[in-house]
Amino acid sequence: MRRDEVLQVLAKHRSQEIVLTTMSVSQEWPAYSQSELDFNAVGTGMGHLPDMGLGLAVACPDRKVLVLNGDGSMLMNLGVLVSIANAAPRNLILFVFENEIYEVTGGQPIPGRGRANFAAMAKGAGFPHTFEFRDLLALDKELPGILGLDGPVFATVEAASSGRPLSTKALPIREAARALRRTLTGVHP
Amino acid sequence: MPVHAVTVIARRGGMAVLTPKTIIEQLKQCGITHVVWLPDSESKFMYDALQAEKDLGFIPVCREGEAFAVASGLWMGGKTPVVLIQNTGLFESGDVLRGTALGLELPLLMMIGYRGYMEMKAGKQPFDTAAVYTEPILNAWGIPFHHIETDADTPKIAAAFKQAQEISRPVAALICVEYNG
Repeated sequence: MRRDEVLQVLAKHRSQEIVLTTMSVSQEWPAYSQSELDFNAVGTGMGHLPDMGLGLAVACPDRKVLVLNGDGSMLMNLGVLVSIANAAPRNLILFVFENEIYEVTGGQPIPGRGRANFAAMAKGAGFPHTFEFRDLLALDKELPGILGLDGPVFATVEAASSGRPLSTKALPIREAARALRRTLTGVHP
Repeated sequence: MPVHAVTVIARRGGMAVLTPKTIIEQLKQCGITHVVWLPDSESKFMYDALQAEKDLGFIPVCREGEAFAVASGLWMGGKTPVVLIQNTGLFESGDVLRGTALGLELPLLMMIGYRGYMEMKAGKQPFDTAAVYTEPILNAWGIPFHHIETDADTPKIAAAFKQAQEISRPVAALICVEYNG
Protein backbone atom coordinates (compact mmCIF):
# COMPACT_ATOMS: atom_id res chain seq x y z
CA MET A 1 0.00 0.00 0.00
CA ARG A 2 1.17 3.53 -0.74
CA ARG A 3 0.55 6.45 1.60
CA ASP A 4 -1.57 8.35 -0.93
CA GLU A 5 -3.82 5.30 -1.35
CA VAL A 6 -4.24 4.95 2.43
CA LEU A 7 -5.02 8.64 2.84
CA GLN A 8 -7.67 8.49 0.10
CA VAL A 9 -9.37 5.59 1.88
CA LEU A 10 -9.26 7.48 5.20
CA ALA A 11 -10.64 10.62 3.57
CA LYS A 12 -13.44 8.60 1.99
CA HIS A 13 -14.65 7.19 5.32
CA ARG A 14 -13.90 10.20 7.56
CA SER A 15 -16.86 12.38 8.53
CA GLN A 16 -16.79 14.58 11.66
CA GLU A 17 -13.68 13.18 13.30
CA ILE A 18 -10.78 15.40 14.38
CA VAL A 19 -7.71 14.37 12.34
CA LEU A 20 -4.16 15.05 13.57
CA THR A 21 -1.21 14.51 11.23
CA THR A 22 2.56 14.88 11.40
CA MET A 23 5.72 14.62 9.29
CA SER A 24 5.25 13.32 5.73
CA VAL A 25 1.55 12.58 6.32
CA SER A 26 0.93 16.22 7.25
CA GLN A 27 2.47 17.23 3.93
CA GLU A 28 0.12 14.99 1.93
CA TRP A 29 -3.17 14.88 3.88
CA PRO A 30 -4.18 18.43 2.77
CA ALA A 31 -4.40 17.09 -0.80
CA TYR A 32 -7.36 14.96 0.34
CA SER A 33 -8.86 17.03 3.16
CA GLN A 34 -9.33 20.73 3.91
CA SER A 35 -11.51 20.26 7.01
CA GLU A 36 -11.65 22.71 9.92
CA LEU A 37 -11.23 19.60 12.06
CA ASP A 38 -7.74 18.88 10.67
CA PHE A 39 -4.61 19.80 12.61
CA ASN A 40 -1.42 19.32 10.62
CA ALA A 41 1.25 19.47 13.30
CA VAL A 42 4.38 20.74 11.62
CA GLY A 43 7.24 21.54 13.97
CA THR A 44 5.49 20.62 17.22
CA GLY A 45 8.20 18.23 18.40
CA MET A 46 8.68 14.88 16.66
CA GLY A 47 7.08 11.92 18.42
CA HIS A 48 4.40 13.74 20.38
CA LEU A 49 1.34 13.66 18.15
CA PRO A 50 -0.31 10.74 20.02
CA ASP A 51 -0.04 12.65 23.31
CA MET A 52 -1.67 15.67 21.70
CA GLY A 53 -4.42 13.36 20.48
CA LEU A 54 -4.84 12.00 24.01
CA GLY A 55 -5.42 15.53 25.33
CA LEU A 56 -7.94 16.29 22.58
CA ALA A 57 -9.76 13.01 23.08
CA VAL A 58 -10.11 13.66 26.81
CA ALA A 59 -11.24 17.23 26.18
CA CYS A 60 -13.78 16.26 23.50
CA PRO A 61 -15.26 12.91 24.56
CA ASP A 62 -18.16 13.18 22.12
CA ARG A 63 -15.96 13.44 19.05
CA LYS A 64 -13.62 10.82 17.56
CA VAL A 65 -9.96 11.76 17.31
CA LEU A 66 -7.84 10.14 14.59
CA VAL A 67 -4.07 10.41 15.02
CA LEU A 68 -2.05 9.70 11.86
CA ASN A 69 1.44 9.06 13.21
CA GLY A 70 4.58 7.79 11.49
CA ASP A 71 6.62 4.75 12.49
CA GLY A 72 9.77 6.80 13.12
CA SER A 73 7.72 9.21 15.23
CA MET A 74 6.16 6.33 17.16
CA LEU A 75 9.60 4.95 18.01
CA MET A 76 10.52 8.29 19.60
CA ASN A 77 7.80 8.04 22.21
CA LEU A 78 6.69 4.47 22.83
CA GLY A 79 5.76 5.20 26.44
CA VAL A 80 2.75 7.17 25.25
CA LEU A 81 1.12 3.88 24.24
CA VAL A 82 0.92 3.07 27.95
CA SER A 83 -0.26 6.60 28.82
CA ILE A 84 -3.09 6.29 26.28
CA ALA A 85 -4.09 2.80 27.33
CA ASN A 86 -4.08 3.95 30.95
CA ALA A 87 -6.31 6.96 30.24
CA ALA A 88 -8.41 4.74 27.96
CA PRO A 89 -10.21 7.40 25.91
CA ARG A 90 -12.99 5.59 24.04
CA ASN A 91 -12.82 8.09 21.18
CA LEU A 92 -9.12 7.86 20.23
CA ILE A 93 -7.84 5.93 17.20
CA LEU A 94 -4.08 5.88 16.69
CA PHE A 95 -2.80 4.92 13.22
CA VAL A 96 0.88 4.29 12.60
CA PHE A 97 1.88 4.72 8.98
CA GLU A 98 4.64 2.19 8.46
CA ASN A 99 7.13 2.95 5.72
CA GLU A 100 10.14 1.69 7.71
CA ILE A 101 12.25 4.70 6.80
CA TYR A 102 12.88 8.28 7.86
CA GLU A 103 11.46 9.67 4.65
CA VAL A 104 11.91 13.39 5.23
CA THR A 105 15.62 12.96 5.95
CA GLY A 106 16.39 10.91 2.85
CA GLY A 107 15.10 7.41 3.45
CA GLN A 108 17.37 5.99 6.12
CA PRO A 109 15.95 2.77 7.68
CA ILE A 110 14.33 3.10 11.11
CA PRO A 111 15.72 0.96 13.95
CA GLY A 112 13.90 -2.35 14.18
CA ARG A 113 12.96 -2.36 10.51
CA GLY A 114 11.46 -5.75 9.70
CA ARG A 115 11.59 -6.83 13.37
CA ALA A 116 9.59 -4.43 15.53
CA ASN A 117 5.82 -4.90 15.61
CA PHE A 118 3.88 -1.80 16.63
CA ALA A 119 0.48 -3.48 16.92
CA ALA A 120 2.01 -6.03 19.30
CA MET A 121 3.49 -3.20 21.35
CA ALA A 122 0.12 -1.43 21.50
CA LYS A 123 -1.56 -4.65 22.56
CA GLY A 124 1.06 -5.16 25.23
CA ALA A 125 0.55 -1.58 26.40
CA GLY A 126 -3.11 -2.32 27.00
CA PHE A 127 -4.95 -1.17 23.87
CA PRO A 128 -8.16 -3.23 23.69
CA HIS A 129 -8.28 -3.20 19.88
CA THR A 130 -5.24 -3.53 17.59
CA PHE A 131 -5.05 -4.04 13.84
CA GLU A 132 -2.50 -4.37 11.04
CA PHE A 133 -3.34 -3.57 7.43
CA ARG A 134 -1.18 -4.46 4.45
CA ASP A 135 -4.02 -4.73 1.94
CA LEU A 136 -5.91 -1.68 0.71
CA LEU A 137 -9.17 -3.49 0.05
CA ALA A 138 -9.16 -4.90 3.58
CA LEU A 139 -8.56 -1.42 5.02
CA ASP A 140 -11.38 0.00 2.92
CA LYS A 141 -13.72 -2.74 4.10
CA GLU A 142 -12.80 -2.70 7.80
CA LEU A 143 -12.40 1.03 8.38
CA PRO A 144 -16.08 1.92 8.98
CA GLY A 145 -16.25 -0.72 11.70
CA ILE A 146 -13.01 0.49 13.28
CA LEU A 147 -14.26 4.07 13.36
CA GLY A 148 -17.27 2.83 15.31
CA LEU A 149 -15.36 0.88 17.96
CA ASP A 150 -15.04 1.92 21.58
CA GLY A 151 -11.36 2.73 21.86
CA PRO A 152 -8.65 3.35 22.33
CA VAL A 153 -7.90 1.67 19.00
CA PHE A 154 -4.50 1.11 17.40
CA ALA A 155 -3.84 0.27 13.75
CA THR A 156 -0.61 -0.17 11.82
CA VAL A 157 -1.06 0.60 8.14
CA GLU A 158 1.60 -0.17 5.57
CA ALA A 159 2.22 3.11 3.77
CA ALA A 160 5.10 3.23 1.33
CA SER A 161 6.10 6.58 -0.11
CA SER A 162 3.64 8.03 -2.59
CA GLY A 163 6.56 8.81 -4.85
CA ARG A 164 5.65 12.44 -5.31
CA PRO A 165 7.17 15.68 -4.02
CA LEU A 166 5.72 16.59 -0.64
CA SER A 167 4.16 19.99 -0.04
CA THR A 168 5.88 22.10 2.58
CA LYS A 169 2.99 24.54 2.88
CA ALA A 170 1.20 24.45 6.20
CA LEU A 171 -0.68 26.88 8.39
CA PRO A 172 1.65 28.02 11.21
CA ILE A 173 0.89 25.91 14.26
CA ARG A 174 -0.03 28.86 16.48
CA GLU A 175 -2.80 29.85 14.08
CA ALA A 176 -3.75 26.23 13.35
CA ALA A 177 -4.17 25.45 17.07
CA ARG A 178 -6.34 28.52 17.62
CA ALA A 179 -8.44 27.72 14.57
CA LEU A 180 -9.11 24.19 15.83
CA ARG A 181 -9.93 25.46 19.34
CA ARG A 182 -12.32 27.99 17.82
CA THR A 183 -13.99 25.25 15.76
CA LEU A 184 -14.36 22.94 18.74
CA THR A 185 -15.42 25.46 21.36
CA GLY A 186 -16.72 28.52 19.52
CA VAL A 187 -14.36 30.56 21.70
CA HIS A 188 -11.97 33.03 20.11
CA PRO A 189 -8.71 32.59 22.01
CA MET B 1 -17.69 43.30 46.35
CA PRO B 2 -14.75 41.16 45.32
CA VAL B 3 -14.05 38.25 47.58
CA HIS B 4 -10.40 37.62 48.36
CA ALA B 5 -9.23 34.18 49.37
CA VAL B 6 -7.37 34.11 52.67
CA THR B 7 -4.37 31.82 52.79
CA VAL B 8 -3.91 30.14 56.15
CA ILE B 9 -0.24 29.45 56.65
CA ALA B 10 0.42 25.97 57.97
CA ARG B 11 3.39 25.51 60.30
CA ARG B 12 5.36 22.50 61.47
CA GLY B 13 7.74 22.90 64.41
CA GLY B 14 7.39 26.65 64.14
CA MET B 15 8.43 26.59 60.46
CA ALA B 16 6.06 27.61 57.67
CA VAL B 17 5.35 24.68 55.35
CA LEU B 18 3.70 24.00 52.03
CA THR B 19 0.50 21.96 52.17
CA PRO B 20 -1.47 20.32 49.37
CA LYS B 21 -4.76 21.89 50.45
CA THR B 22 -3.59 25.44 49.79
CA ILE B 23 -2.11 24.50 46.41
CA ILE B 24 -5.31 22.77 45.31
CA GLU B 25 -7.33 25.81 46.42
CA GLN B 26 -5.19 27.90 44.11
CA LEU B 27 -5.69 25.50 41.20
CA LYS B 28 -9.44 25.60 41.70
CA GLN B 29 -9.37 29.38 41.87
CA CYS B 30 -7.66 29.34 38.44
CA GLY B 31 -10.37 27.14 36.96
CA ILE B 32 -7.94 24.31 36.24
CA THR B 33 -9.76 21.34 34.73
CA HIS B 34 -6.95 18.76 34.34
CA VAL B 35 -3.64 17.98 36.02
CA VAL B 36 -1.14 16.33 33.66
CA TRP B 37 1.69 14.94 35.72
CA LEU B 38 4.52 12.61 36.48
CA PRO B 39 5.26 12.20 40.21
CA ASP B 40 8.37 13.76 41.73
CA SER B 41 9.83 14.32 45.18
CA GLU B 42 8.49 17.88 45.41
CA SER B 43 4.90 17.14 44.41
CA LYS B 44 4.29 13.61 45.71
CA PHE B 45 2.66 15.05 48.83
CA MET B 46 -0.15 16.29 46.60
CA TYR B 47 -0.90 12.90 45.04
CA ASP B 48 -3.55 11.69 47.48
CA ALA B 49 -5.14 15.12 47.77
CA LEU B 50 -5.33 15.51 43.99
CA GLN B 51 -6.74 12.03 43.52
CA ALA B 52 -9.53 12.90 45.92
CA GLU B 53 -10.55 15.98 43.93
CA LYS B 54 -13.57 14.98 41.87
CA ASP B 55 -13.59 18.25 39.91
CA LEU B 56 -10.07 17.78 38.54
CA GLY B 57 -9.18 15.41 35.70
CA PHE B 58 -5.95 13.58 36.38
CA ILE B 59 -3.76 12.37 33.49
CA PRO B 60 -0.53 10.56 34.40
CA VAL B 61 2.17 10.30 31.71
CA CYS B 62 5.18 8.02 31.31
CA ARG B 63 7.73 10.72 30.40
CA GLU B 64 7.52 14.42 31.12
CA GLY B 65 7.63 15.56 27.50
CA GLU B 66 4.26 13.92 26.93
CA ALA B 67 2.73 16.30 29.46
CA PHE B 68 3.16 19.35 27.24
CA ALA B 69 1.61 17.67 24.21
CA VAL B 70 -1.30 16.33 26.29
CA ALA B 71 -1.81 19.83 27.72
CA SER B 72 -1.80 21.26 24.18
CA GLY B 73 -4.53 18.87 23.12
CA LEU B 74 -6.58 19.65 26.21
CA TRP B 75 -6.26 23.38 25.54
CA MET B 76 -7.27 23.03 21.88
CA GLY B 77 -10.31 21.13 23.12
CA GLY B 78 -11.29 24.02 25.39
CA LYS B 79 -9.92 22.76 28.72
CA THR B 80 -7.58 24.44 31.20
CA PRO B 81 -4.71 22.10 32.11
CA VAL B 82 -1.76 22.45 34.46
CA VAL B 83 1.47 20.51 33.92
CA LEU B 84 3.06 19.16 37.10
CA ILE B 85 6.56 17.72 36.65
CA GLN B 86 10.09 17.97 38.12
CA ASN B 87 12.89 20.20 36.83
CA THR B 88 14.76 17.10 35.61
CA GLY B 89 11.73 16.24 33.46
CA LEU B 90 11.59 19.81 32.23
CA PHE B 91 15.09 19.36 30.84
CA GLU B 92 14.02 16.15 29.08
CA SER B 93 11.01 17.95 27.61
CA GLY B 94 13.00 20.52 25.68
CA ASP B 95 11.87 19.92 22.10
CA VAL B 96 8.21 19.29 22.82
CA LEU B 97 8.08 22.32 25.14
CA ARG B 98 9.52 24.35 22.27
CA GLY B 99 7.13 22.85 19.73
CA THR B 100 3.91 22.93 21.74
CA ALA B 101 3.71 25.23 24.77
CA LEU B 102 6.00 27.85 23.24
CA GLY B 103 5.21 27.22 19.56
CA LEU B 104 1.46 27.30 20.09
CA GLU B 105 1.85 30.17 22.58
CA LEU B 106 -0.14 28.31 25.18
CA PRO B 107 -1.31 30.22 28.26
CA LEU B 108 -0.12 27.29 30.37
CA LEU B 109 0.59 27.09 34.09
CA MET B 110 3.55 24.77 34.71
CA MET B 111 4.23 23.61 38.26
CA ILE B 112 7.82 22.45 38.40
CA GLY B 113 9.37 20.55 41.30
CA TYR B 114 12.64 22.38 41.99
CA ARG B 115 14.97 19.56 43.01
CA GLY B 116 18.01 20.84 44.84
CA TYR B 117 16.72 24.39 45.42
CA MET B 118 16.76 24.41 49.22
CA GLU B 119 20.32 23.05 49.37
CA MET B 120 21.43 25.58 46.78
CA LYS B 121 19.67 28.40 48.64
CA ALA B 122 21.37 27.37 51.90
CA GLY B 123 24.76 27.41 50.20
CA LYS B 124 25.14 23.64 50.52
CA GLN B 125 26.27 21.30 47.79
CA PRO B 126 23.06 20.19 45.98
CA PHE B 127 22.38 16.49 45.47
CA ASP B 128 23.03 16.94 41.74
CA THR B 129 23.13 19.70 39.12
CA ALA B 130 19.36 19.92 38.51
CA ALA B 131 18.95 23.11 40.56
CA VAL B 132 21.94 24.77 38.93
CA TYR B 133 20.42 24.67 35.45
CA THR B 134 16.73 25.27 36.24
CA GLU B 135 16.48 29.05 36.23
CA PRO B 136 19.04 29.63 33.44
CA ILE B 137 17.08 27.27 31.19
CA LEU B 138 13.75 28.91 31.99
CA ASN B 139 15.36 32.28 31.28
CA ALA B 140 16.74 30.98 27.97
CA TRP B 141 13.24 29.91 26.93
CA GLY B 142 11.75 33.22 28.07
CA ILE B 143 9.49 31.47 30.57
CA PRO B 144 8.70 33.63 33.63
CA PHE B 145 8.84 31.81 36.98
CA HIS B 146 7.87 32.24 40.63
CA HIS B 147 9.18 30.48 43.76
CA ILE B 148 6.71 28.61 45.98
CA GLU B 149 8.33 27.72 49.31
CA THR B 150 5.51 27.91 51.87
CA ASP B 151 1.74 28.32 52.00
CA ALA B 152 2.33 32.08 52.13
CA ASP B 153 3.65 31.85 48.55
CA THR B 154 0.72 29.94 47.09
CA PRO B 155 -1.15 33.06 45.86
CA LYS B 156 1.74 33.27 43.39
CA ILE B 157 0.25 30.17 41.71
CA ALA B 158 -2.90 32.05 40.74
CA ALA B 159 -0.75 35.04 39.82
CA ALA B 160 1.37 32.84 37.54
CA PHE B 161 -1.78 31.47 35.91
CA LYS B 162 -3.09 34.99 35.33
CA GLN B 163 0.26 36.06 33.90
CA ALA B 164 0.20 33.09 31.48
CA GLN B 165 -3.22 34.18 30.22
CA GLU B 166 -2.08 37.77 29.81
CA ILE B 167 1.12 37.04 27.88
CA SER B 168 -0.20 33.87 26.18
CA ARG B 169 2.89 31.88 27.09
CA PRO B 170 3.74 29.24 29.68
CA VAL B 171 4.62 30.51 33.17
CA ALA B 172 6.28 28.34 35.83
CA ALA B 173 5.48 28.05 39.53
CA LEU B 174 8.57 26.42 41.04
CA ILE B 175 7.76 24.10 43.96
CA CYS B 176 10.89 24.61 46.00
CA VAL B 177 10.45 22.21 48.91
CA GLU B 178 10.73 18.46 49.08
CA TYR B 179 8.19 16.63 51.17
CA ASN B 180 9.67 15.01 54.27
CA GLY B 181 6.62 13.20 55.61
